[in-house]
Amino acid sequence: MAGLDFEVPKFSDTAYTEVPKIKEGAMAHAKSFIAPQGPQEYLGYPWELGEDWKERAIERMGEVLQKFRSVRVFLDACVHCGACTDKCHYFLGTADPNNMPVARQDLMRKVYRRYFTLPGKIAPWLVGAEELSKETLDQWYSYYHQCSECRRCSVYCPYGIDTAEITMAGREILNYVGMGQKYSNEILGKVQKVGNNLGLPGPALEDTLAGLEEDIEADTGVPVKLPLDVQGAEILLVTPSADFFSEPHVESLIGYAKVFHAAGVSWTLSSHASEAGNFGLFNGNYETMRKVAMRIRDAALELGVKRIIVGECGHAWRVAYSYWNTLTGIGYGGEDPFSKKLQEQLDPRYPQPMHICEYTWDLIQKGVLKFDKSKNDHRVVTFHDSCNVARGSRMGDVPGGQFTIPRNIIQAVANNFHDMALETIGEGTFCCGGGGGLLTDDLIEVRVKGALPRMNAYNNVVQEKGVNFLALICAICKAQFNKVLPIYGFDMGMVGGVHQLVSTAIKLEE
Amino acid sequence: MSSLTVFFTGLYYIAAFILIGGIAYRVYEYARTPAPLKIPTTPAPTTATGTGMRMMREVVFFESLFKSNKWIWLFGWLFHVGLALVLLRHLRYFQEPVWFWVEFIQPFGKYASFIMVAGLAGLWARRFLVDRVRYISTPSDHLMLALLIAIGLSGMGMTFVAHTDIVALKAWAHGLITFNPQPLPGDVLLLVHLFLVALLMIIFPISKLLHVPGVFFSPTRNQVDDPRERRHVAPWAAALDARDNG
Repeated sequence: MAGLDFEVPKFSDTAYTEVPKIKEGAMAHAKSFIAPQGPQEYLGYPWELGEDWKERAIERMGEVLQKFRSVRVFLDACVHCGACTDKCHYFLGTADPNNMPVARQDLMRKVYRRYFTLPGKIAPWLVGAEELSKETLDQWYSYYHQCSECRRCSVYCPYGIDTAEITMAGREILNYVGMGQKYSNEILGKVQKVGNNLGLPGPALEDTLAGLEEDIEADTGVPVKLPLDVQGAEILLVTPSADFFSEPHVESLIGYAKVFHAAGVSWTLSSHASEAGNFGLFNGNYETMRKVAMRIRDAALELGVKRIIVGECGHAWRVAYSYWNTLTGIGYGGEDPFSKKLQEQLDPRYPQPMHICEYTWDLIQKGVLKFDKSKNDHRVVTFHDSCNVARGSRMGDVPGGQFTIPRNIIQAVANNFHDMALETIGEGTFCCGGGGGLLTDDLIEVRVKGALPRMNAYNNVVQEKGVNFLALICAICKAQFNKVLPIYGFDMGMVGGVHQLVSTAIKLEE
Repeated sequence: MSSLTVFFTGLYYIAAFILIGGIAYRVYEYARTPAPLKIPTTPAPTTATGTGMRMMREVVFFESLFKSNKWIWLFGWLFHVGLALVLLRHLRYFQEPVWFWVEFIQPFGKYASFIMVAGLAGLWARRFLVDRVRYISTPSDHLMLALLIAIGLSGMGMTFVAHTDIVALKAWAHGLITFNPQPLPGDVLLLVHLFLVALLMIIFPISKLLHVPGVFFSPTRNQVDDPRERRHVAPWAAALDARDNG
């Protein structure tokens, strides 16, 4: 493809990706744009290295070690066994040894050992401890932005060491000394100032939704609504803002609207909380993540809704499922006035928050939704488990529901479904290559190469099963595959959402 | 009492103090550091019992490592099981009379040393043969394996080649735990073995051997998957709620 100044990896002959021999420094040049003054200032960080950057970095590392047990235990416990070395999609795609999870951690561990452990203080050469240098700081910036925080390594580590936690700590320290990432930090500004990551203001959102209502009615003859800021609605839908205008995301939004319409329920979107995504997760700053999540709580309280449902977005669902209760009290079991205030408003018959797939599957099981599966007969579907959903959340009542529920929905609305190779799905799923704050053009080489393991598995079902539709439940996965599939020689139209399939097959009463 | 006995007796009291005190301090440090967010690697058990079982499988069978890499699992598991049997067999030096089950495992414990050293050798070979593992290995990674193998071989030397005065050794060991110092036999192999074991005890709390207490504190393994049902808030984070509700 034109415009790429690197070689696109070749497919393997199987669904699997061969483990490469290491190539030192292969990706040392990859560096996303550094955040300028505006977003850094807004987030309360400096925008250039001061003279005391080293002291600040070590001080921040000390604070992180006090606040996060994960970081402390993970930096101590690694024995360098090598179990994780062939598990990262970025290593498999780039062969750069610093993209092996253990080596990525060691970039920080060597500094931790030097400043915070006895052997590192008295015999640094023995334990691989090193002073923090500008060179190391630059390596942090480069390699902590070549990690999508997908947690695949944590599945395979005998101590459950999760490199995502180290990457997040690394980014937090980088921000603190003035080396933030432009892409993520600009988004964190927009979501707090405007209400969503795209910076789409309320009136524009209203127009977009009205346009979509017209489109659906023209298409189906049914007046399906996309309500905004409706006081007293039963359900608040919080979805990634890409659903409002990006293709193929918007097709899923239409799918959710049709499901709500068919269920005959009152629901609403919120202009204040018109974004499910929370890039605070990627930066590992608890307070930022909390502030961004608080918009949802505020909107829920203001609109007086009984249920909160989250649209197709991977990291958003991790934050919603795993963190919202902690951060904002959206959930149950709170004993404190802060969380009780909201929890007493929510309908206790349903889990809070709920994933749109849980909602739809529940209605399918109850027989509320009717489908004409043949409408999807032109599609041969496979499903990509998004990393944050797979390894950082759950759906339904039993562990692994996050794998079965989306597949159950697909098979309820489409006749042709084939899974990709077993080791590349479920808990062992490969990240799309664009998650964790890497979905920016300045990291296109990292994204393309990191997609290789997924592309090999996908290519295999395309060749052997005739698959022509990659079903997704993540806005980042959708955008990433939209960009990367053509680079690997596939048709862009192969990418879509699970609720796009629902939308195609659902029968609506006029 | 010879200076040799004084030295080794003193060394073992110091080593035991560092080992127990050091690990206790680490455990205290891990325990008091909050885990502010729910981060179990999912799919994860939804009950405390299930999470206990997950931890048990991890610690006894190395479940995640088995998923990851069969060679590392094989060598690592053989080494740890061999070491466990060898350690249990050593209990006899501190007991009078020797418990039934310690007596029972005595022959297994003797030959387990071969399994232990073979596992260690396999792990060490990987540090040379696999380019990825070679890249991440530090001098201390090699020295740790050398130390463990030297402990194993010196012990096996006494078990299978040149016996030491085991009755006198037992009197010394028993004397240690009853605070009634006894003379230590002066065999070179024994002294080497004892010295290296003491060294291992001393470096335990400041080395990667912290994976032993660490694994129990790993939030990705020890947390229950129930964030929607239970509100999980660290003390420093609860302060933010109180502020925002005021």
